[in-house]
Amino acid sequence: MIGLSHYLVVAAILFTIGVFGIFVNRKNVIVILMSIELILLAVNINLVAFSSFLHDVAGQIFAMFVLTVAAAEAAVGLAILVTFFRNRGDIAVDDASMMKG
Amino acid sequence: MTFSAHFTLVLPEIVLAIAALVLLVAGAFRGKVGAIFTLAAVAALIAAAATAVLGPHGRAFGGVYAADAAATYAKVAIYLSSAIAVVLGDRWLAQRGDQKFEYAVLVILAALGMGVTASAGDLISLYVGVELQSLALYVLAAMRRDDAKSSEAGLKYFVLGALSSGLLLYGSSLIYGFTGSTHFSQIALAAAHGGAHGTGLLFGLVFLICGLAFKVSAAPFHMWTPDVYEGAPTPVVGFFAAAPKLAAMMMFARVLGDAFPAAGDQWRQILVIAALLSIFVGAFAGLAQTNLKRLWAYSSIANVGYALLGVAAGGEVGLHAMLVFMVLYMVDVTGFFACLQALNRGGKPMETIEDMAGLIKERPGVALAMTAFSLSALGLPPFSGFWSKYYVFKAALGAGDVVLQWAAVLGLVGSVVAAFYYLRLIKSMWFDAPAGSVDAPSPSAQAVGIAAALFSFPIVLVALVWLDPAAKAAAAAFGHA
Repeated sequence: MIGLSHYLVVAAILFTIGVFGIFVNRKNVIVILMSIELILLAVNINLVAFSSFLHDVAGQIFAMFVLTVAAAEAAVGLAILVTFFRNRGDIAVDDASMMKG
Repeated sequence: MTFSAHFTLVLPEIVLAIAALVLLVAGAFRGKVGAIFTLAAVAALIAAAATAVLGPHGRAFGGVYAADAAATYAKVAIYLSSAIAVVLGDRWLAQRGDQKFEYAVLVILAALGMGVTASAGDLISLYVGVELQSLALYVLAAMRRDDAKSSEAGLKYFVLGALSSGLLLYGSSLIYGFTGSTHFSQIALAAAHGGAHGTGLLFGLVFLICGLAFKVSAAPFHMWTPDVYEGAPTPVVGFFAAAPKLAAMMMFARVLGDAFPAAGDQWRQILVIAALLSIFVGAFAGLAQTNLKRLWAYSSIANVGYALLGVAAGGEVGLHAMLVFMVLYMVDVTGFFACLQALNRGGKPMETIEDMAGLIKERPGVALAMTAFSLSALGLPPFSGFWSKYYVFKAALGAGDVVLQWAAVLGLVGSVVAAFYYLRLIKSMWFDAPAGSVDAPSPSAQAVGIAAALFSFPIVLVALVWLDPAAKAAAAAFGHA
């Protein structure tokens, strides 16, 4: 029988993959955007699992808000990425190092 | 409460939301920014501050939204500093022939998000407020589309900001799961009766605090700050360093004061560590900086450390100290970046300490103002920075906790270390040979800088007479969710 803890473990694994994807990845900003989505999806799994376990609808409403904001966030992120690409002609993470210290 | 009564409580935010939408449509149709456009944006922000002061207090929509003394205090400071940011940014962009109507709209949207977080009574409204604020700020950082540094700053801010939102959300989801509610009042009840779900709840709280620490740029989550401050346009940095910092500290106060007063022993340790790390990172990493925007980024990290020390002291006294500290700091930092914005040499911004050499002979007014801000940040007695630190240290020493007393002592040591770089800037301005002529400063930026310097001393002595009771009333409003 699949219970609450199974969902929480899956969400925790996804969340960890997402966080590692941001810090370990040294290649591409698009991968970072995907990692961010992964983190938000992990949160949604958590929320919906808790919501169903608690028989409380607030968690699912929260998940709806997260989905909506995630869409807006991706739009803003891609827009910033486009201006970055126009200035550099590249979106490699290693190139984002004009400023250091 | 009738349905319409709920809306009178959120009137300040409704004013801002409508203003942002109207200005966006007007800007899209007219295409160019006139004085009237900027004036309308400023008027909307001032009107929102006024409605926050005059409006009734209470809780709207089943406690999701709190309009209390704390929210009013924060909103007045946030909206007025946003209004100043609109004027300064507009002038700065106009100087570069790059006026955009989106700038004012984005500042209003960010201010709206900050207002929502300051009033949050629920994890969902907290999250929506944070995101509204952050999304607008990411775009503001990348405002100069043809500048490689600006877009790099925007990208870095976006990636780390999105990560911090993720941490905050993951914490929220755990808190929701282990308490069964997203309302701060319900969470407070569940946390007080802790028991079996204590560990899960604590995990959630730690994630939430990490997410918030990213937003206030407290160490060890500060690494984005210097890069974003260096790359973003100067007036935008002045805005970043002021209003969003207060909004994020309000989030700390809301979450810890309203939802987790019962878990004080747990979060106090985390906050003390974050505060001390911030103070020392700010002090020591600042020593190596030559760029003033980076330097002030480290200075802001250190200052956030002191504010967190106030929150860690806990209770009304600690929150009172934090609220006074943040507002006095906001005036200082707004003034400093206004001065920095006013200074150009041959059309190029002066941003390094060497650029400031001999400024006192070239531009005595601006140089005196910047001296005042440096001395204030250093914490020298008659200036506002001294009074703000005085409140924080008094709260930390008075909390009757040995850890906090030692933290206050270490905080003092940190501020002595940081004194080095503030004094180096003053030495450069006063005693080094001039490095060349300085362009005529823009009148609005110079006026804001000098007014803020006058606030730093002597106006602060008068202002504290009403700031102190206002902050006291605001601090008393926490914990009644």
